[in-house]
Amino acid sequence: MATTDIHVHSAVHGHDDHGHDHDHEHHEGNFWTKYIFSEDHKVIAKQFLITGIFWALLGGTLSVIFRLQLGFPDMNLDWLKPVLGGWITPEGKLDPEFYLALVTMHGTIMVFFVLTAGLSGTFSNFLIPLQIGARDMASGFMNMLSYWFFFVSSVIMFTSLFLQDGPAGGGWVIYPPLSALPQAIKGSGMGMTLWLVSMALFIVSSLLGGINYITTVINMRTKGMSFTRMPLTIWAFFFTAIIGLLSFPVLFSAALLLIFDRSFGTSFFLSDIYIAGEALPNVGGSPILFQHLFWFLGHPEVYIVLLPALGLSSEIIATNARKPIFGYKAMIGSMLFIGILSFIVWAHHMFVTGMNPFLGSIFMLLTLIIAVPSAVKIFNYVTTLWQGNIRFTPGMLFSIGLVSFFLTGGITGVFLGNSALDIQLHDTYFVVAHFHLVMGSASFFGMMAGVYHWFPKMFGRMMDERLGQIHFWITFIGVYLVFFPMHYIGIAGFPRRYYSWTNFETFSGFADLNMLVSIAAVATLAAQFIFLFNFFYSIFRGRVASANPWKSNTLEWTTPVNVGHGNWPGAIPNVYRWPYDYSKPGAKDDYIPQHIPFSETPESNLPGENEQIKLESSDGSISPDKH
Amino acid sequence: MASTSATATASWDGGSSPMNASYGKLMMWFFLLSDAFTFSALLITYGLVRSSHAAYEGAVNAFSFSQTYWPVPEKVFEAVPFLHGMELPLVFVGIMTFILIMSSVTMVLAVEAGHRMDRVAVEKWMLWTILGGLTFLGCQAWEWSHFIHGTEAGGVLRDGTTFFGANLALNQYGPPDFAAFFFFITGFHGFHVFSGVCLNFLVYYNTVMGVYDRRGHYEMVEKVGLYWHFVDLVWVFVFTFFYLV
Repeated sequence: MATTDIHVHSAVHGHDDHGHDHDHEHHEGNFWTKYIFSEDHKVIAKQFLITGIFWALLGGTLSVIFRLQLGFPDMNLDWLKPVLGGWITPEGKLDPEFYLALVTMHGTIMVFFVLTAGLSGTFSNFLIPLQIGARDMASGFMNMLSYWFFFVSSVIMFTSLFLQDGPAGGGWVIYPPLSALPQAIKGSGMGMTLWLVSMALFIVSSLLGGINYITTVINMRTKGMSFTRMPLTIWAFFFTAIIGLLSFPVLFSAALLLIFDRSFGTSFFLSDIYIAGEALPNVGGSPILFQHLFWFLGHPEVYIVLLPALGLSSEIIATNARKPIFGYKAMIGSMLFIGILSFIVWAHHMFVTGMNPFLGSIFMLLTLIIAVPSAVKIFNYVTTLWQGNIRFTPGMLFSIGLVSFFLTGGITGVFLGNSALDIQLHDTYFVVAHFHLVMGSASFFGMMAGVYHWFPKMFGRMMDERLGQIHFWITFIGVYLVFFPMHYIGIAGFPRRYYSWTNFETFSGFADLNMLVSIAAVATLAAQFIFLFNFFYSIFRGRVASANPWKSNTLEWTTPVNVGHGNWPGAIPNVYRWPYDYSKPGAKDDYIPQHIPFSETPESNLPGENEQIKLESSDGSISPDKH
Repeated sequence: MASTSATATASWDGGSSPMNASYGKLMMWFFLLSDAFTFSALLITYGLVRSSHAAYEGAVNAFSFSQTYWPVPEKVFEAVPFLHGMELPLVFVGIMTFILIMSSVTMVLAVEAGHRMDRVAVEKWMLWTILGGLTFLGCQAWEWSHFIHGTEAGGVLRDGTTFFGANLALNQYGPPDFAAFFFFITGFHGFHVFSGVCLNFLVYYNTVMGVYDRRGHYEMVEKVGLYWHFVDLVWVFVFTFFYLV
């Protein structure tokens, strides 16, 4: 039996050798079907990645523009006139309404277009088929539609930036009545309409993608890839897709109702409003209701953004610490628990809306419980790193950075989840600091870690390690310099979304901190160009990668360097073990990939694993009598 | 441990469809789960807005339309085509509901015929299902039209003027949100029914063209059937919350 297993194993490697010839045979079709309307999950993943990078750059630039206003309120911004035109007032200042639009668009772009579509869209698409051993997604056509709905949504959102009245300006949470009444601010006019249309298409895109991810994980796993042998990345994408599937439709409902309030005269979210002394006819609706609906998506959305990053970093940390992930099942359990809790904590965003304080204390309790699974994850990361043979690749550095941000930002979450403390801290820069660290920067670092780590598999070449390390250190220090001072400013009560604070005597003492934050923000954005150069240069000129450059265990590294259509040139490898057999005592190498049967590694098998040899048969099924 | 778990959960160990369902059918189930949340959000929104309005507290016989309380549904929906002037509370919507539920029954028969690979029977039952869906949509159109045009007496608005019928902003029956929610939720459901009829027609067309015979199975009928049953199930809730409660 052992010989047959070796045969299967060597067959896989044998195919690797002539992988190059093979994928050329299968790359038929012209430029359009290969790169534009592709149904190949790897191409779609790259489309999501490139679009996400474009949006990240734009979103980051917008934030730097409004940081200039906040850090240097007296600065003359006339030099921005060639780009921003009429949005710079004749006095050389940023137009206050455009400031609101900048904040809104920064939030929308970063949360949805970068960290939802750019992160989940890229890595779920790229890694799910490769890591579970599938030729492609369940439905390649729907996968393609998912990208193109996202693309159209992106085009509409991008177009709204160039409107006469500017893009949406009511904050990324688009609370009515502000967002519902075009006469309220410029940003509630056409810009808000396009925002809603764009988001509706975005939700369709995420639904098409999510349904695909879930069914692919359930139905398309290769033989032996039981749920408890799946890499944590796949678990994370699986949970993310389910959370998205259940929460986005609620935002969809809310957005539709808001569209009716805005355009067709209904009063779902409107009641008893006076504008310029005129009473509006709307009666009977409730703006608080919108907040409930919005945050029923909005809070799970935080985990839609974060979980994929946590999954990616789990994988990267285990690989580069050369140790099994500590508490594999605890990691899955904590993600599941976080996922469930994410649906029953939404009202902690609404403690100061006049909600019943008793209800507030229930939501406070549920919110604080999230600290438990989050802490489990942090401890597991740290214990995985503990005494590992750590390789500080850029991917590893960004993953460790993620753990750092997740901890720093998570701790302030415990403060904010407290309904009494929230009275002081609500809508201050303390909140801004909290969520930018725990969900913004942590997820961004997870995304960066993923790009550095899986770049060799995506493009067949390596990114420059030194540039990656420089990119990491500047970004890491920069992020802390941006967001750490905000805690102090926020505790002092400095409100977010304010265009100018110089009129308030209380806050003038924070001018220096604000200046520091803005300088750090500019530096951090500038450092991203190191990454951009590294990324695009390496696609064409990077060092050619080997098939498994990180000596990793998961299945995607058993494919040829340049993965062709269908992923594996020959048969799909079977899976015999979990993905974290790193530095197993007695083993020849410090890693044993998932497709190596136990019969080949008698020197390192644990007693229970020796018994599984009996079940390994030449056709790779786990229990021959069942197949 | 290894051998027991391997045999007990073999179908979940990869290389097969653990739920014995194709990915297409799974996708439909997950889409319906998602869509259920869309409708739940709408119905909960409706429930909360309605409960924030005053309810009518007097005797049912003495009911009259007013902007100050939510109307009693059976006093609003009491018209039936060709029976002008008669008070037949919820009769027409009852007929609509019956038709829609019967179309679910014919859909079950179509799915069953598909299992038998009986093309003629699939065609027959799909046609009945499409007919049921179209009849429901037609009834809804009449009901909306009647609702929009209103009663002969009309109703008094808050500013004292008399208003006939309903639009999205104003209506004679009660607070503005009453008609707005009616239009929005029954309209959203009606759109689902319309999509379902289109899908049913597509499946019918493919059946007639022999697509599923060549494919060797009628799973598409099943998938569309799932959607159709879901749309019917949602109607049961819409019916309950708008007409009965």
